[in-house]
Amino acid sequence: MNPGLEIQMVAVIVAAACALPGIFLVLRRMALLSDAISHSVLLGIVLGYMVTRDLASPWLVAAATAAGVATAALTELLRRTRLVHNDAAIGLVFPALFSVAVILISRSVGNVHLDTDAVLMGEMAFAPFNRLSIAGFDAGPVAVWVMGGILLINAAVMALLYKELKITSFDPALAAALGLSPTLVQGVLMTLVSVTAVGAFDAVGSILVVAFMIVPAATALLLAERLRAMIAWSLGIAVASAVAGYHVAVALDANIAGAIAMTLGAVFAVALVLSPRHGVVSVAVRRWRQRRLFMLQMLTIHLLHHETGDEAGRECAEQTLDQHLGWSPEQVRVAVRRALRDGLVRREGPLLVLTDAGRARAGEVLEGLTV
Amino acid sequence: MTAENRVIPALQVEDLTVAYRDKPVLWDVDVSVPPGVLMAVVGPNGAGKTTLIKACLGLVRPAAGRVLIHGRPVEAQRRNIAYVPQRGSVDWDFPTTVLDVVTMGRYGALGWFRRPGAAERERARQCLEMVGMLGYERRQISQLSGGQQQRVFLARALVQDADLFFMDEPFQGVDATTERAIVALLQDLRASGRTVICVHHDLQTVPEYFDWVSLVNVRLVASGPVNEVFTPNHLRTTYGGRLPFLSQRADPKERAR
Repeated sequence: MNPGLEIQMVAVIVAAACALPGIFLVLRRMALLSDAISHSVLLGIVLGYMVTRDLASPWLVAAATAAGVATAALTELLRRTRLVHNDAAIGLVFPALFSVAVILISRSVGNVHLDTDAVLMGEMAFAPFNRLSIAGFDAGPVAVWVMGGILLINAAVMALLYKELKITSFDPALAAALGLSPTLVQGVLMTLVSVTAVGAFDAVGSILVVAFMIVPAATALLLAERLRAMIAWSLGIAVASAVAGYHVAVALDANIAGAIAMTLGAVFAVALVLSPRHGVVSVAVRRWRQRRLFMLQMLTIHLLHHETGDEAGRECAEQTLDQHLGWSPEQVRVAVRRALRDGLVRREGPLLVLTDAGRARAGEVLEGLTV
Repeated sequence: MTAENRVIPALQVEDLTVAYRDKPVLWDVDVSVPPGVLMAVVGPNGAGKTTLIKACLGLVRPAAGRVLIHGRPVEAQRRNIAYVPQRGSVDWDFPTTVLDVVTMGRYGALGWFRRPGAAERERARQCLEMVGMLGYERRQISQLSGGQQQRVFLARALVQDADLFFMDEPFQGVDATTERAIVALLQDLRASGRTVICVHHDLQTVPEYFDWVSLVNVRLVASGPVNEVFTPNHLRTTYGGRLPFLSQRADPKERAR
């Protein structure tokens, strides 16, 4: 397989593996924990290395995962003191762990390949050089196998605990009352996030890990109304952005992880503007329609109130409506035109008079108010 | 009296004390609720009403005392207890449907790992019908009004097939129609022998809706049938209790009397 395809394969697998646990992080409003965990796993790696003196040791992965879970646990403990809020707790814990890791690297393991640039941005272009060979047979990049395994684990655990993850995310108190421990489910989720972060940051760097965990889920939340649909959207967005981002990087001759993260951001921006229910455009259109409807209702109610009595001549004259309602002449013109077209009012000389339909409409609106 | 005492209470709370750090929220509370009653838990804000319910459900750990449900600890009775949390305690923008939320009531009976199937969804539909929400199954929950949200929560409790219900302010922010519908439903539950315990705020409606009441203000003021314990005296102790207590401390003459 050519290196370009292999890099894309790594990107796609990492994207899917990260997007899965990211969905529940976003739903639980813990998105920033992915940032924290993807940094603090470094401490586990450094400590693991200092003990084993072997960068390939599986103990490094175990130690890094433990560091990730510890980050989540420490954050939770800090939050429970009620002395700091959740966001502040995250911000307190992970820089502390990360900085200890950075100091340890520079003081005691400086001669090893553990450089901090690679931690942040990764170098996906090198993925094809680190290959797995079984009995002399080339089995492809190591990252494909490692992240493929993690993807399978994530998918399997989440399929098994789908209902538990759902209820503990939506209503943890009910889950606890039903005997489905939210703490236990949270622990499993944090372990998945940590394992994924450890595996992925080696391949793509921690910034892309965070982007893959948060952006597809946050985008999917704008588009989906059900959890299943949200999962499908997340996976689709993550995978499509990974491929598209790779091609952007090739075209611009830029860092691949950076280009993919940027693509993810662009996809989110598009969803933010165009999402059918929450998008900026559709919300603006809906507000505008509501406002137009509201003005029409106000006009009919105003006319109804002043239909009879001495002031009718003044209050219902088309020319002075702008002063009585406090609208601009243009707003009055639009509202009157619509009311005429809908058959709610008719002109009688200088006056606007409600038709039967208009009177009925005003009555409906007023009735709706009293319930 | 003697005949009643022999019945195992649906809920028995003994010497329950709950503290957040060293601040007691509930102080040595004893309550015994016979089966088949509809009980209101009333008291001022911060009196520990929600905490009492959460302690009964085993959601907060008591500093002292114990809770028995039909004579057994709550852990052994999870299948027999239904819980309706405050409506505002969940995120109504969560990407899920009405039917899905109601089906969650079956998750406890399903236990770990097992997925809900057609039987669970059918039962959820029946319960939606009981609260007048059939036809809303596929609705996303963010599109519901406050009253509809409360009905969905109620259906989710019904689906648990429990015989003891804990409800935290089921009438909070619902319109008059929904309130009447919920009351009718609660009275149906009582008529079928179930026990319902509601945190309730509207003192006016207590005698009309409920037949049993507990007056709580950190300590238990009184608990029993509404016509016996829902008295002006007890209400004054529950709601006015704080003011005389404070003035007693502030004014030694008052204490001397």
